[in-house]
Amino acid sequence: MSFVTIFYACIFYAASAMLIGGLAYKIYLYSRTPAPLKIPTTPAPTTTTGVVYRLGREVVFFESLFKSNKWIWIFGWLFHFSLLLVLMRHLRYFTEPVWGWVVLVQPFGKYAGFAMVAGLAGLWARRLFVERIKYISTVSDHLILLLLIGIGLSGLTIKFVAHTDIVDVKAFILGLMYFDWQPLPADPVLLVHLFLVAALMAIFPISKLLHAPGLFFSPSRNQVDNPREVRHLAPWAAELEK
Amino acid sequence: MAAAEFEVPKFREYPVIPALRPDEMAGSKPYVAAAPIQEALGFPGQLVDDWQAKAITRMGELLDKYRSFRVYMDACVHCGACTDKCHYFIGTADPKNMPVARQELVRKVYRRYFTFAGKYFPKLVGAVDLTRDVLDDWYSYFNQCSECRRCSVFCPYGIDTAEVTMAAREIMDSVGLGVKYTGEILGKLHKIGNNLGLPGPALEDTMLGLEEDIKDETGVDVRLPIDMKGAEVLLITPSADFFSEPHVDSLIGYAKVFHQAGISWTLSSHASEAGNFGLFIGNYEQMRKAAMRIRQAALDLGAKRIVVGECGHAWRVAYSFWNTLTGVGLGGEDPFAKALQQQLDPRHPVPQHICEFTYDLIQRGALNLDKEANDHRVITFHDSCNVARASRMGDMPGGQFVIPRSIIKSVANHFHDMPQDTICESTFCCGGGGGLLTDDLLEIRVKGALPRMEALKQVVDDHGVNFFASICAICKAQFNKVLPFYGFDTSMNGGVHQLVSTAIQLGTKE
Ligand code: SF4
Ligand code: SF4
Repeated sequence: MSFVTIFYACIFYAASAMLIGGLAYKIYLYSRTPAPLKIPTTPAPTTTTGVVYRLGREVVFFESLFKSNKWIWIFGWLFHFSLLLVLMRHLRYFTEPVWGWVVLVQPFGKYAGFAMVAGLAGLWARRLFVERIKYISTVSDHLILLLLIGIGLSGLTIKFVAHTDIVDVKAFILGLMYFDWQPLPADPVLLVHLFLVAALMAIFPISKLLHAPGLFFSPSRNQVDNPREVRHLAPWAAELEK
Repeated sequence: MAAAEFEVPKFREYPVIPALRPDEMAGSKPYVAAAPIQEALGFPGQLVDDWQAKAITRMGELLDKYRSFRVYMDACVHCGACTDKCHYFIGTADPKNMPVARQELVRKVYRRYFTFAGKYFPKLVGAVDLTRDVLDDWYSYFNQCSECRRCSVFCPYGIDTAEVTMAAREIMDSVGLGVKYTGEILGKLHKIGNNLGLPGPALEDTMLGLEEDIKDETGVDVRLPIDMKGAEVLLITPSADFFSEPHVDSLIGYAKVFHQAGISWTLSSHASEAGNFGLFIGNYEQMRKAAMRIRQAALDLGAKRIVVGECGHAWRVAYSFWNTLTGVGLGGEDPFAKALQQQLDPRHPVPQHICEFTYDLIQRGALNLDKEANDHRVITFHDSCNVARASRMGDMPGGQFVIPRSIIKSVANHFHDMPQDTICESTFCCGGGGGLLTDDLLEIRVKGALPRMEALKQVVDDHGVNFFASICAICKAQFNKVLPFYGFDTSMNGGVHQLVSTAIQLGTKE
């Protein structure tokens, strides 16, 4: 077993642990924290089904963002939707035999990589050149974009320029999953790609990437508008009545 | 017109987003509350010695108590979609008035003390210690947010800067740095029962005076009862309705509606205030204490229904929070709430907005309205933020937009809406909400009114609008102050029930 293989096996276990453990902890914190008052941004749905649709529209179409800024919406949606296709395409490395629908998305996922990088570039350009957004950007905002662009470009390079042995890559990944380590091809671009992905996984629960679970816990979006019909009382607020 | 000591913003030819002017409003701060005001509310009298540690502790407690605060601290991606949505930013160009930048004043401290990245890599994620400079920034800029929630409509995660502002104000109060204006008013509310500090006898005099005025004007005996046991409706209205112009004209309107519908009603001297500044300072206990007066009054007077007068934040507290705070709606389980449930008439929502009340009567044909009586008026309607984005009327989402407009159209012939992107859920704040309605904040109030005034200008120019209707005591008071700065006459400022009052034909139905 080469050093490279061992090193990458270790960082992927560590990154997965941080991703899953960190996210689980954050989600636990969010769900444990009560929302003492009814604060949906109105007009809001008056039923739970309505809330599911509202959140669904936010997740799928970025409804609120669409209302507020078309440029951010275009770039943001392009990036996220492409990322989804790319991730679906990558499922082929994790499944044996590869699921039918994953086979179907392969060609789309392949070109979605370009769209993804284009979306990210657009977002980054706004961060660099729009005065207001530049003002609110922190170093980490730029770095996260760079990280994602790096992942996209290295992935595209592997696909279209410097091919790697994807059969071996798949064996490595399946090996990690079943604790039966297999050697990882030591192609530099692949190593860069995988390293950046591990880094992204690791920082997910300690960065603004928490917007993903955050949306589902946002009281202004996930609450039903029925305060007159149902009494909503947080445990600590109920204590005040004793 | 008052001579301004600052530059009143010019109407923009096109709604361009202003270029940033850093620290433009850094000097805008309300007067700090003196010790007696703070202590009456149970807060320290002045900034405590170890304020820094105490503030961080309080922040931690709020993170545990409020899911909104916790999630909003983490979820922002700095996308910038909200940056041009705040009227205070549009009017001042101060970057710290961009909603995300305002949140960031707290978030950078949150990161420093509560997150891994901020503890170990503060520079990378923009985390800072809570220093005196940061606290000063908080005091300036969290008193330049009217908690209007416009930003939350446009944020992809619904991040509501109002929640962050409330948390920041609560933290500042807890270390002894409170605002004179809001503190004083809450004190009066707790002590006397209303924001103006009017005792019961003064209220009775005022109501008698109003009864005479109505009699002189219409020849009809319309009553404005106070503390009348056994009345069907308890009306809770902002105390400004008793004294201020044009507020009082709406109060007269409510009285005429009750009169014609033949529904007995009363005001309460114990709970003579719909406003609840506990909301503005983000303090649950204060808000609850204020709301409890209303529940007490309803029980004491034996009312069957509770109706709330024209006031934005009051309606938010009443509609969204009263049931939670005091159990006046359905589902309350303590003996107090249960007694109230038995007494209240389940066929009507509790509480009910005066517009819902009047609208129902109009639908049933219970009011005799002469639209032509309002023909000298060309009307537009200002959606107050707390009604538009934090509550509802009627039984369908968005009823808060439909019902007041429908009332106006039933009582008047000439109505024109302001541009779509400045009304309904996108409405622009009057500039004086959220506890900013004080003369020491006049500059930010005038500047923050810019987008609302621009939209008004458009319908004034296009349709000759001469009546600016709203359903909020704070909006009305704010417009009285700021309309002249933008070249409008304050006579155009008024309430929806003022229009009803003009149109209603007393003596023809009852
Ligand atoms: S709540 Fe209103 S005033 Fe406060 S930051 Fe958001 S838009 Fe501005
Ligand atoms: S719109 Fe929401 S996520 Fe975007 S910068 Fe503003 S608060 Fe943050």
